[in-house]
Amino acid sequence: MEETIFALATARGKAGLAVIRISGPNAVPVLSALGGKVPAPRSSRLCVLRDGTRGVLDHALVLYFAEGASFTDEDVVELHLHGSIAIVQAVIAAILDTGLARMAGPGEFTRRALMNERLDLTQVQGLSDMIDAETEVQRRHALRVFGGEMSEQVAEWRVKLIRAAALLEATIDFAEEDTPEDVEPEVRALLENVIGDLRRASKGFGAARTLRDGFEVALIGAPNAGKSSLLNRLTGSDAAIVSKVAGTTRDIIEVRMNIDGMLILILDTAGLRHTEDEVESIGVTRARARAKDADLRIFLHEEEVPEPPFDLLTEEDLIVRTKVDVRGGSGISNVTGEGIEELVEKIGAVAERRVDAASLFSRERDRASLENAVLSLEETRLMDLPVEVQVASIRNAVMHLADIIGAFDVEFVLDDIFRSFCIGK
Amino acid sequence: MKQFGFDVVVVGAGHAGCEAALAASRLGASVALVTFSRNDIGTMSCNPAIGGLGKGHLVREIDALDGAMARVADASGIQFRLLNRRKGPAVRGPRAQIDRDLYRVGMTREIENALNLRVIEGEVVDLLVSSNEAARGVLLSDGSEVDAKTVVLTVGTFLGGVIHIGNERHAGGRMGARSAKKLAERIRSGAFAVGRLKTGTPPRLHRNTINWAGIGSQPGDEQPTFFSFLTRGQPNAAQISCGITHTNGKTHEIIRENLHQSAMYGGMIDGIGPRYCPSIEDKVVRFTEKDSHQVFVEPEGLKSDLVYPNGISTSLPADIQIDYVRSIAGFERAKIAQPGYAIEYDYVDPRSLDRTLLFRSIPNLYLAGQINGTTGYEEAGAQGLVAGLNAARASSGVAGITFSRSDGYIGVLIDDLVTRGVSEPYRMFTSRAEYRLTLRADNADSRLTDFGRQIGLVKDPRWKKFAAKKDRLSTARSALKSTKLGPQAVSAVVPGLRINGPSRSAYDVLSLAGAEIAELFASYPHLKSHGYETVDQLQNEAVYSMYEARQDREISALERDEAILLPKDLDYRKIGSLSKEVCGKLELARPETIAQAGRIEGVTPAALTAILAHTRGRAKRSA
Repeated sequence: MEETIFALATARGKAGLAVIRISGPNAVPVLSALGGKVPAPRSSRLCVLRDGTRGVLDHALVLYFAEGASFTDEDVVELHLHGSIAIVQAVIAAILDTGLARMAGPGEFTRRALMNERLDLTQVQGLSDMIDAETEVQRRHALRVFGGEMSEQVAEWRVKLIRAAALLEATIDFAEEDTPEDVEPEVRALLENVIGDLRRASKGFGAARTLRDGFEVALIGAPNAGKSSLLNRLTGSDAAIVSKVAGTTRDIIEVRMNIDGMLILILDTAGLRHTEDEVESIGVTRARARAKDADLRIFLHEEEVPEPPFDLLTEEDLIVRTKVDVRGGSGISNVTGEGIEELVEKIGAVAERRVDAASLFSRERDRASLENAVLSLEETRLMDLPVEVQVASIRNAVMHLADIIGAFDVEFVLDDIFRSFCIGK
Repeated sequence: MKQFGFDVVVVGAGHAGCEAALAASRLGASVALVTFSRNDIGTMSCNPAIGGLGKGHLVREIDALDGAMARVADASGIQFRLLNRRKGPAVRGPRAQIDRDLYRVGMTREIENALNLRVIEGEVVDLLVSSNEAARGVLLSDGSEVDAKTVVLTVGTFLGGVIHIGNERHAGGRMGARSAKKLAERIRSGAFAVGRLKTGTPPRLHRNTINWAGIGSQPGDEQPTFFSFLTRGQPNAAQISCGITHTNGKTHEIIRENLHQSAMYGGMIDGIGPRYCPSIEDKVVRFTEKDSHQVFVEPEGLKSDLVYPNGISTSLPADIQIDYVRSIAGFERAKIAQPGYAIEYDYVDPRSLDRTLLFRSIPNLYLAGQINGTTGYEEAGAQGLVAGLNAARASSGVAGITFSRSDGYIGVLIDDLVTRGVSEPYRMFTSRAEYRLTLRADNADSRLTDFGRQIGLVKDPRWKKFAAKKDRLSTARSALKSTKLGPQAVSAVVPGLRINGPSRSAYDVLSLAGAEIAELFASYPHLKSHGYETVDQLQNEAVYSMYEARQDREISALERDEAILLPKDLDYRKIGSLSKEVCGKLELARPETIAQAGRIEGVTPAALTAILAHTRGRAKRSA
């Protein structure tokens, strides 16, 4: 029988409320052992919880979800406690003392939901992203995945690939029957359609990753161009050391911001200059590399005529003049705050454009699967490729997508054939 | 009376029983083959044809292991056709129309000539079991006992068949359900589940009542493709053509009007029928857009007065059958010799067996053929061979032999059965074989004969021929690989190919679409000495050589997983994180390896990881 597990479901520390979730066949017996009475399914009851020596632990609000209608598909009891660290610790100790349940491992509730088919793999992914979501746009994206949009998309590909394989297989295994002679046009259309979708999905991958991990903005420029000051101005923190000695920032400093609901990571890099200082020179090399990998670069300069490092910049990158309070002209001032709001808007606009192209797939593993599947499907375009080899390529593509869409099962192919064609001479 | 001293007793002398008895005999076991009557040996109870796509592959594999089906079919074939001739070599399947009488006689001779094989005429009513509930022979209806170390049951539909013609029904199947009641009870209680299947047959027509001139004709191939690697030359029997005709609007109208009288549509049958072999009622109802269906008119033999109209199986009443048959072109004056009928029967969920076809709940008992939920002579023969082989090995205390999905269609067949069970009468298709490109009918001997020799299945005459062929292939392969063709020469062998391509070896040139062996021989006469047939087979191999690397990678991944054995007594409920449904399926199929577990529907990669982690932990704990 499945073991009963429990864990603190809310964040640790002092809070208004702390929830302990118990899942498994012993969920209700645990509650009884603590002196509580189980409420009706999907409803709540106020219970006095006591430990083994009948000492009162807490007055808790208890919720009950019956087997078959809970997140994990098992009996689930939730203890809503007063959010004191001492109470939570005492209740956890009391549950362990009952010997009826053990502490859950990381992600174990979700895994049970997956195993009991309450969620599919893509939904679990979405859920984990949703819990990790720091901003509104991230949350919406995770919700799309969790809500099954990814599963639906994937199911559509699966249907098309199975159909293409079925059409080809019908001409092989049922050559003697009344099956259509030339299935090539339909097969081609189905495969090209899926190839296009997979390509788009793998292209949007970068943006999806950005959504999950944050949109990186690298501040670059000559030493003392005002990068660290801008960072501080943007975030209102003292994360970066600002001093007037050129070349202070040797390490890359990263600050997380929320712009228009998107997670934006601002990277402050070492000033770009030729230097004899070995440590600083390493810093410059790292700064260039990191800047190149970032989603957006802002080149800061105080001179009237900038000399940006064109090898690093792309079209969308921004070139901004600093210290306009002292030097005049248009640009920003970290001292007066002039132009800062406009700059933030510009960053937001670029990030939003990128994020709009985000695909539902954001994990490295998913991207590799998508790209390999495309390669396999593209093989079917070869002229004069024997039909049995075409099927092998489709089967191979499905195998690459297997983590996402499930394995290639000949029964589905046969189902499609027998549904579509009158087989049986 | 008691008959002692057999190693193996095989019950039933159909296609599974014959191959089982012959395989056990080849291994040197002493074998008893129990059948109602010697006249039943090798009876073809359904359509008069052997082979086809997937099925032809099975017949070749039986032959590669020195079984009899291919040789007997070659000797009794009256029309040979290689299906999918225009498609790639991996999906070509040999098929032949068979003369039923010649086949029966041929198979009887094989049985009679086998060493240490005794035919016992009788009716089996029960299993003899030892004190530990292991099978130790069979009890016949006359009270006599046949004592053997192992038992192979190939008893078709004996668990209770019912024949339906319209609303008439009567008990069918060759064993009276009543007399073998005890045996049936043992099987039923030992099986995880017993399911119900159905299948149909068309009315048999008198040959001379058909207007052959009024219907199409389908001749065999000019150059026959035989089943057996040992058969050479011209067919043994005279060759015939089959007829082709079609149903029409009138036929469909008659059927629609009388649907309520059909056993299948009148709700009298609840068994599950094969989707690939629907009744004419099914075709008319499910494919309303089609106003005509093909009917192949297959003579049952050279001397037989019967024809088998393939494509119009039915369970309508006899008087309706004659009406719709006569609405079909060429059948206007046809007379029905035997009305079509549907038969419903019980089968043992094959997940009750392990990969040696051992019935897991009764030691020393093996099951093969239709009783395991399959249909077809070829599927039966293949299982019979595996069951007979393993029964003989078990009788001398040697471990069982299993075939992997990468070894051949035999491996695919048995793995599908014991891992996934069946939901309709199971028939082989090439699409079931994921390693189809390398599991070809033409190379069944290269794949299996060496192994068959090692385990004693392959006798000297075949072995000598095979060894010589193997040498020829390897000599010719080196010659083709070392002969280099310049661009000009390549385009001569592959008409239509651009002339400025690269230089290639003759072997690579043969892999190109449209390459002509005759042209190659014309340009390079020294290659001619290797013979057309040998080079032709090498071309089949060359065509897929580019894809073989990928398939080899898949196969090695499979082999890795097949090597991870799961304990026989694994308690899946103790593995946290497996759903109840998945637990149930695993308990039913009792996979022997992690690879097999992965093929069970619903078993996800995550579940496999959990199983693996659990078994590893278990091994550690017990170490």
